[in-house]
Amino acid sequence: MTGEQIMFYLLGGGAVLASAAMLLPPMGRSPIHSAISLIVSFFFLAGLYALLSAHMLSVLQIIVYAGAVMVLFTFVIMLLNLNADELQESRITPGRIAAGILALFVFGKLATAIQLTTAGAQSVDLSDPGFANFGSVPEVGRMMYTTFLVPFELVSVLLLVAAVGAVVLAKRSMKYVDRPLPPPAGYEHPAPSDDEGGHDAHAHGGGH
Amino acid sequence: MTSIPLGHILLLAALLFGIGLAGVLTRRNILVMLMSVEVMMNAVNLTLVGFSRYNGWTEGHVLAFFIIAVAAAEAAVGLAMVLAVFRLKQTTYVDELRLLKR
Repeated sequence: MTGEQIMFYLLGGGAVLASAAMLLPPMGRSPIHSAISLIVSFFFLAGLYALLSAHMLSVLQIIVYAGAVMVLFTFVIMLLNLNADELQESRITPGRIAAGILALFVFGKLATAIQLTTAGAQSVDLSDPGFANFGSVPEVGRMMYTTFLVPFELVSVLLLVAAVGAVVLAKRSMKYVDRPLPPPAGYEHPAPSDDEGGHDAHAHGGGH
Repeated sequence: MTSIPLGHILLLAALLFGIGLAGVLTRRNILVMLMSVEVMMNAVNLTLVGFSRYNGWTEGHVLAFFIIAVAAAEAAVGLAMVLAVFRLKQTTYVDELRLLKR
């Protein structure tokens, strides 16, 4: 067993354990503990990316996932201020058992497909001079700004739309929620009394 | 050459995907469900990185970058929706959101 393999199994086992801890009772009972174990899992995955020569993705994983996305998650969890009886969710129902079995079934099918198709796969040799910059920031960045320029620009539009959408959705005063809906066009208010009817434009015009 | 077998990288990714899927299907807290979706996206990214490593393709890294961007957008909008729903119903449990059932 080489050092590369030992690191792979350590990091992979850590990622699986941290992800499982996110869901299972001791840690998974409260969302904030789930979020913290998910951050740990993201760090393990960043290590795996670095091990697989994806240096830029490894850094992006830490900056974007462990940095931005999970800070968003923890902020929202703390903002919601859940009380204690909100956090109780340990009933085992037949539906949840069936869902767990379905997830296990999907994993089993994937594992079978992987076993059948990847036997004897040989990797390229990264010590080859052609792969000197494989996965580095200049190499990935160049491809991003040449071959994938249009998708890259579209992703920037997507992020803008997401930012605007998040602000609009999370705004505190949503007037369609706070106030009753306006009456539809053509709807007439039922018979106003005479003393209040003077303020109404229509009744006023009728008086002349 | 790498001494890590491709099958083991893909098996690890499949295991993470299964954990994420189990989380989405069994947990009823919308926050934990969103986190499980993030785990599933990471599993897909690991698959892309593993194949890129084996074939020497940089395209896989760029695609994984796009997936990270989409996941960030999804988290932002999803959490904003969670906030709006919580303001309306005072809950984060999807079982209690059944306005359309009546």
